[in-house]
Amino acid sequence: MSAQEKVRPISGWSTLAFALDWNRPPRQQATSPFWFLASDQFRFQRTRADVYSTPLGNGALRGMHVADCNALAARLGWMPSYPTFDRNPLDLTREAAEAGMEAPAYVVERLKAQELRFAAEDPDAPENFPRVLTLWRANLLGSSSKGHEYFLRHVLGVEDAAVRNVEAEPDQRPTDVVWHDEAPTGKFDLFTTIDFRMNGSALYSDVVLPAATWYEKYDLSSTDLHPFVHSFNQAVPPPWEAKTDFDIFGRVAERFSELAVEHLGTRTDLVAAPLLHDTPDELAQPFGEVRDWKRGECEPVPGKTMPKLVPVERDYTAVYRKWRALGPLAEQLGSSAKGIPLKPTVEIDQLRAANGEIDGRPALTRDVHMCEAILALSGVTNGRLAVEGFKGLEQRTGTRLADIAEEHADVRITFGDTQVQPRKVLASPEWSGMESRERRYNPFTINVERNVPFRTLTGRQQLYVEHAWMLEYGEALPTYRPPLNVLGVVGTQLSGEEGRKELHVRWLSPHNKWSIHSEFQDNLHMLTLFRGGPVVWLSDVDAREIEIADNDWCEVFNRNGVIVARAVVSHRIPPGIGLMYHSQDRHVNVPLSEITETRGGTDNSVTRISLKPTHLIGGYAQLSYGFNYYGPTGTQRDEMVAVRKLLGKPVY
Amino acid sequence: MQVRAQIAMVMNLDKCIGCHTCSVTCKNVWTNRRGTEYMWFNDVETKPGVGYPKQWENQERWKGGWELKGGKLRLKAGGRLRKFATLFFNPELPTLDDYYEPWTYDYETLTTAPTSKHQPVAQPESQVTGRPLDLQWGPNWEDDLAGAPEHARLDPNLRDGVEEQVRLEYEKAFMFYLPRICEHCLNPSCVASCPSGAMYKRVEDGIVLVDQEQCRSWRMCVSGCPYKKVYFNWSTGKAEKCTLCYPRIEAGQPTICSETCVGKIRYLGVVLYDADRVQEAASVADEKDLLPAQLSLFLDPDDPEVREQARRDGIAEDWLDAARRSPVYALAVKHRVALPLHPEYRTLPMVWYVPPLSPVMSLVEGPGSEADPDDVFPAIDELRIPIEYLANMLTAGDPEPVRVSLRRLAAMRGWTREKNLGVDPDPALAAAVGMEPREIDAMFRLLAVAKYDERYVIPQTHGEIGLSPYARQGACGLDFEGGPGSCGALEKAKDPFGAEPLAAPGDGRGGGSNVAFLDFRKAT
Repeated sequence: MSAQEKVRPISGWSTLAFALDWNRPPRQQATSPFWFLASDQFRFQRTRADVYSTPLGNGALRGMHVADCNALAARLGWMPSYPTFDRNPLDLTREAAEAGMEAPAYVVERLKAQELRFAAEDPDAPENFPRVLTLWRANLLGSSSKGHEYFLRHVLGVEDAAVRNVEAEPDQRPTDVVWHDEAPTGKFDLFTTIDFRMNGSALYSDVVLPAATWYEKYDLSSTDLHPFVHSFNQAVPPPWEAKTDFDIFGRVAERFSELAVEHLGTRTDLVAAPLLHDTPDELAQPFGEVRDWKRGECEPVPGKTMPKLVPVERDYTAVYRKWRALGPLAEQLGSSAKGIPLKPTVEIDQLRAANGEIDGRPALTRDVHMCEAILALSGVTNGRLAVEGFKGLEQRTGTRLADIAEEHADVRITFGDTQVQPRKVLASPEWSGMESRERRYNPFTINVERNVPFRTLTGRQQLYVEHAWMLEYGEALPTYRPPLNVLGVVGTQLSGEEGRKELHVRWLSPHNKWSIHSEFQDNLHMLTLFRGGPVVWLSDVDAREIEIADNDWCEVFNRNGVIVARAVVSHRIPPGIGLMYHSQDRHVNVPLSEITETRGGTDNSVTRISLKPTHLIGGYAQLSYGFNYYGPTGTQRDEMVAVRKLLGKPVY
Repeated sequence: MQVRAQIAMVMNLDKCIGCHTCSVTCKNVWTNRRGTEYMWFNDVETKPGVGYPKQWENQERWKGGWELKGGKLRLKAGGRLRKFATLFFNPELPTLDDYYEPWTYDYETLTTAPTSKHQPVAQPESQVTGRPLDLQWGPNWEDDLAGAPEHARLDPNLRDGVEEQVRLEYEKAFMFYLPRICEHCLNPSCVASCPSGAMYKRVEDGIVLVDQEQCRSWRMCVSGCPYKKVYFNWSTGKAEKCTLCYPRIEAGQPTICSETCVGKIRYLGVVLYDADRVQEAASVADEKDLLPAQLSLFLDPDDPEVREQARRDGIAEDWLDAARRSPVYALAVKHRVALPLHPEYRTLPMVWYVPPLSPVMSLVEGPGSEADPDDVFPAIDELRIPIEYLANMLTAGDPEPVRVSLRRLAAMRGWTREKNLGVDPDPALAAAVGMEPREIDAMFRLLAVAKYDERYVIPQTHGEIGLSPYARQGACGLDFEGGPGSCGALEKAKDPFGAEPLAAPGDGRGGGSNVAFLDFRKAT
């Protein structure tokens, strides 16, 4: 299932994508804090979390480093944080069993005794490194790695990395999070990329699994830009060794299960799950008060003052068997659409009929089976489920709602239907729109027109957020924040070399005209239809000042790294701005930098993840973590760079 | 009066977002072959800018199109004598630098590079020489005013005082996109320039084509075309150009550039015209009279007399019906919002443009202004895009037709906004631009909401005229040597039912030529 911003058949998709039909809860992680630690960017954070506090604040963030805030968020169950502990959860459950204790109680006891720590409190300890990454449908390095050069150095250990930054001084360092004198490099053991392009990520991978393109496989697609569900269909088979995503994961699962017979068998895992949006967890830490059990401000109670601790039995030898069939939790627990349960009943037998049976369950042995199941288990493509979901919501709200979906109660969109033509999705409690045959989707119309409470603390559209950290930042109400005074904090970014004409500009990286993120950016037509490689737009006023002419090679640099690109000089750009359309990967027409004598970087080589502490708040009403819904952003764009002309001929 | 039918196009520049989808789909279908690497039958230029090839609009340099000499129309590049004198050296031929040197990348290195200190990188290399290439120009080098402070001053439309008005400064920046294909002119100078008679304008639909078998590589068409939309294939040694996707048009389908247009800016339809008066219209003394002269050639498909004559001239009934529903006729003739590109070249081009209005409205959208004609229209003369700039492009420098078009578009916006707000629009607004309310509504429908079958009204080609379908079995029509069809060499089959073997269209057997100045042998 591919989606641009919005997976409309979300219930069915998440059931299958996260194997909720077999095991719950899944481990899902917010990426910004993950990479902030994993790529050691936190070591270069030289401002404290309280630097943006209001003088009228409550001191809630006083003296804290942003990594300390993140450790607190992990500890209090605000944000997911994996790896969670500084010990393997499989070992923890074994130890608990040996001690004759329930695993959660055992973990709480160890934490209180300070014999067990959260990995987020010591991310540079080797036992806490993330070791294995499988990249699928993402170009991490060429596109989304904010602080690209830190990734190269600390995650991959690449010699070419062009980080020029200095780490935080002793008085700027975290107090709660452990500081290691030497920053680790090359944390990964195995980096696998599944892609159909030899892009920036694939180039650095240990293993590249060539993937089928859209016209070589069967799949589903949806977007927030229109209300239809589309199919992908195989026009030609995947060439050479390329395989569909479905086949790749299936084959890996098969071999993994074979190896698990000897290596893992059946074990009990312990998942530390954050306090989740649209669940009673939202009321876990009321009144916007921050109480840290580690400081003795409260007791560590899983699911209340710290993450939920859920033992999960995992039969690792059965991963492939489970991969091939729809699991029983699909109907036993159903799926949850914003807290509203959607429980398939007749759909299970319908899937048995459509897909065939395996081990007594509906088969998922082919990609089209997966598509069929997604559509059957989602309210937007299954009118019966939508009506049932609204009935559930009726019980909770006491207002009539099922009529919203009744006009299409009998509609069941199958994969075959989507192959005939794109199918318009149905109104469903999975989303908030009153769409119908007469009306297009519009968010929150169910809330506004049917008085269904908004998913906030007050049930209304809510602007005021009375959380200690929001009050500390003076942001309990929406407010204007001017751009960060980057140069005031980090000092000049100019090289200081004698006689060089250089200029500071504010760094912008809007969406690209010539690619979808990094996709197609290396396509010959796309490259031919502009300048044939990476470019940075500069104002003619700025360019004149530093004697850069249109199409000159230039270096864009700061403490984070260096970009080498052609200048596009235009009066369309206001002075003071350097604009590079984002995701210009570094594998096409990028020469070496004269400053670092390494390969010029991507648009993210000069950026760095800058976590905003208030984004980490969790366990408090609408400020509760939801996968791909609520969590911290990378806020990498508030950045300043220096620009200068490349003096010599470009060297590749 | 001799009635002819032409498939013509209108592009609404107000809606072009410069996405280049048209260019890419055209490239993929037509010019992704050896010898055509640098060709873009469809390209999209940012204006102001010099375009592709560089400064194609500068006819003092390229000598394309026609000029009046002693009251008579002649090729700007000179007549027969000069043609012979320059047969082996044509000084007006653009070089590869004027287009661009096509390149590709050493993509292979990304998968084959050994372990190395630096990340492997695919370097650009010339598709001509195969050697590493320092990129200096491309077919869309100026996208979104890229490099405009250096190049845009050389835009040939910045003349006759417009250059004084245009400031290349951030606060005064303006731009718009100009998508371009072959104009399929009524009076094509490329056809007239060809010493071999290889170029022809099809009688049945007016599409201008190159006969790949007749072409003798003289390249006079390349210089003769003022739009620089005929190209030379270095591999086959033949001229090639936009075909208006005739295999699709013949089947009633829009060109691939139209079909794939994201902004739905393109319209295709039939225009009837009087072939007897083409030369006369192209020969009016004042360049500013060329637009009215060309408009006067277009015949009213609702006029019974025109229809009667059209039938006598062999135009089929369904084509007459299509002409009545033609969106091109509606926009160019009825509503007068579409204008030709550079009528002063005297080729009577048949791809017309609705000028861009967008940047204007932000200036005039004050409270209540849309309801008050007095507030809307004076601002038309204070556009970010100077009217005179558009006039130099679209009306041989006459600002009045541009003004009429923009005023009508502005009035339509105000009118429709009132309706959307549930207010009865003031008929005075329509009257102020010389339109009836129902005409404004019709124009709005065509420009804003028209569906596929309203934007593309293309009658199918009649199988009973021209080539015998039987004889064409197994051929694909595009399979000339080096062509995009690649179906193998076309065998000219004998029709067992007695029809003539395949006739090359334009060799006279297809019903005679449509062109007033067929080739240089007849031109004086």
